Amino acid sequence: MSDVKTINLTIDGTPVVAPEGTTILQAAETLGIHIPRLCYHPDLSLAGSCRVCIVEVKGMAQYMASCSVTVWEGMEVQTNSPEIRQARRDIIELLLDNHPRDCQTCERDGHCELQNLAYSHGVRERLFEGERKRFALETSGVSVVRDSEKCVLCGRCVRVCAEVQGITNLSQHGRGFHTVVTPAHGATMDESVCIQCGQCINACPTAAFLEKDHTDDVWAALANPELRVVVQTAPSIRAAIGEGFGLPPGTPCTGRMVTALRRLGFDAVFDTDLGADLTIVEESAELLRRLDGGGPLPMLTSCSPGWISFLEKFYPALIPHASTCRSPMTMLSALSKTYYAQKLGVDPSRIYMAAVMPCVAKKFEMRRPEHREADGSPMTDAVLTTREIIWMIRCYGIDFANLPEGEFDAPLGVATGAGDLFGTTGGVMEATLRTAACKLTGRAPETLEFEQVRGVLGGRWAGWREADVRIGDRTLHVGVANGLHNAKNLLDQVIEGRKKFHVIEVMACPGGCIGGGGQPYPPTGERILDPELLRLRASALYKIDAGKTLRLSHENPAVREVYETFLGEIGGAKAHELLHTSYAARLPRGVR
Amino acid sequence: MKFQDPQERNDAMKPPTTTDNWNEVKAAAEAALPAPIVEFIADCRRREHPESHLISVLHKVQGHFGYLSAEHMDAVAQLLQVPAAKVSGVATFYHFFRLRPRGRYVINVCLGTACYVKGADKLVAKLKDELGIDFGETTSDGMFSLEASRCLGTCGLAPVVMFNDDVHPRVTPDQVPVLLQQYLDRARKAPPAAP
Repeated sequence: MSDVKTINLTIDGTPVVAPEGTTILQAAETLGIHIPRLCYHPDLSLAGSCRVCIVEVKGMAQYMASCSVTVWEGMEVQTNSPEIRQARRDIIELLLDNHPRDCQTCERDGHCELQNLAYSHGVRERLFEGERKRFALETSGVSVVRDSEKCVLCGRCVRVCAEVQGITNLSQHGRGFHTVVTPAHGATMDESVCIQCGQCINACPTAAFLEKDHTDDVWAALANPELRVVVQTAPSIRAAIGEGFGLPPGTPCTGRMVTALRRLGFDAVFDTDLGADLTIVEESAELLRRLDGGGPLPMLTSCSPGWISFLEKFYPALIPHASTCRSPMTMLSALSKTYYAQKLGVDPSRIYMAAVMPCVAKKFEMRRPEHREADGSPMTDAVLTTREIIWMIRCYGIDFANLPEGEFDAPLGVATGAGDLFGTTGGVMEATLRTAACKLTGRAPETLEFEQVRGVLGGRWAGWREADVRIGDRTLHVGVANGLHNAKNLLDQVIEGRKKFHVIEVMACPGGCIGGGGQPYPPTGERILDPELLRLRASALYKIDAGKTLRLSHENPAVREVYETFLGEIGGAKAHELLHTSYAARLPRGVR
Repeated sequence: MKFQDPQERNDAMKPPTTTDNWNEVKAAAEAALPAPIVEFIADCRRREHPESHLISVLHKVQGHFGYLSAEHMDAVAQLLQVPAAKVSGVATFYHFFRLRPRGRYVINVCLGTACYVKGADKLVAKLKDELGIDFGETTSDGMFSLEASRCLGTCGLAPVVMFNDDVHPRVTPDQVPVLLQQYLDRARKAPPAAP
């Protein structure tokens, strides 16, 4: 048995037994008491800065922050009394006093924790109007917009950036009334070590961080008769978009999503999953080449643009290990402007490619010089996050939940179940292993499910997965990391020679793309980074994969056709030109 | 198809150094700081919890340059291996650290009780008006910085204003322009030595 001491206390008169070290807030939750909170997040370190979670403890002269006080024997806690409710309400009112009055036009309206607190605490007027902090809106970033006037200094962005992502790009600067959260020296996000993952957007209880809006650009393209406007959707969108329309998390929505996009007026709806299948075909060929003595090993996957930025800023020495494959999004964009344009007989400049992504870093990726046409125009013209496409669908008055199922368009709309898996941690690895197994043994593996690399790790995002995967008479040692803090720990072990892998999958965001910086805000009362929510989204992808006949990327007939009629050899010259890229060390260099 | 054995893999694990920029980043950081401070940071790195020495490193950097520039802080971040956001967060939190160079003459107005009742507030108003700057700021020609202190311990001379180490007793607002002109003349006669 565990030798952790147990503590007896009462909360609101009810006796509770809790292990030593439990906080009052955690102990209260076991009784079904949800003490209001703002800066607290169970997966981040404690800040104790907002004071919203105060409770009364018998014998103590002052209210205590229940998130950061651990229980003691005989403790008597009162979470509710007229005085506590009044004090909490005063705290919330004071936070509001220093906050803009623009809920109606705020993107976070309805998903704002400060707004929710104000509502639930009966704050119906603003009594303490006074001087308010003033900061300029920082819109220069290609992915992330910073609105410091909406910041409540809870520090969740600072903590998620440091503790989950291992970047530490954000810090509170200055002091007192003038405190502001910015990158070093108050620099813009693009000048900083920011890798554009957008987890600060997710972690923020208000709207101090937002994605750069591309919806206006897409609306304009849709209204332009000169353009053929095509759209592609990333694997994880179908697993999360339903949440924006009241469907339970984990509802697969592929068909309804396609119908909704067609109704918005897109001329063709393509599947990024096909780009994922292409990635697998190219990447597994690359892996086999590296395994066959070409090195260097381990090979690192390259689909996640946040991870690629991280590699270039924090681990440039490992660049030769990264697969040279472009991301599925950019592969599909490249083919749309070449293969598809040729098939259609239209000039590529008349094709407008909008990509729906779970990711704000894709907005950065599309602007990289490496992913542009010879004339300098980007291969991808706009990147919409899941949240942005939800606004657009709502704005159009589409009853999403009751839509009929639609089908993706040819020739870039057929995808395998392996492609769907790209949306979750372990998915790129599983898809690679399926195809690599076929290539190495000459036949499909008996079970296509590689359970060793599946699953969202919970808790404080500690750890990564590693597994020995038997393929024929050989064993591949593989690693899977999501959340860059995990990736950092894994890569340090590789660099120090303590671990040896053949291939490592890295996705920047917790849980992979399903937990991306552009995914729907969790419903009111639920928390971001919640492993349960991410598991539900992942289960939708596993369901979609299991329900498909085509589950091996290299068997995708559309992919085969692309190679036979357009690209030529796998890994050949044309494939290299269109489907591969290069990386370089970038400044400012991150401190690991 | 053959797989590499662990030893071979180990060799393959060693990346070519060409993609790494650490040597350049480190050289740039070392060039931004004087050698003794670079040495001090290296010494901190050999101790436990090197990051806990951040404030003493920043003190030394400010002691040398008179202020902390973004370049200095970035150099400290790289050499001490503390994220730059933390370095600038610390530097902006403490009033002692200055982020801009100070003027050639630092004007320190005593705002202690005795000086205050003897009209230091009027001196401040006049200084701000003449210089066009607030406390903590420096004139655009880099000549004067304006600062305040609470009691210089010479209450008998109130109100007191210091220009660098020179103490000026019983200053009246009328004398402010005269004093400023004196220092401008002095600066013109003795241009600052080249750094």
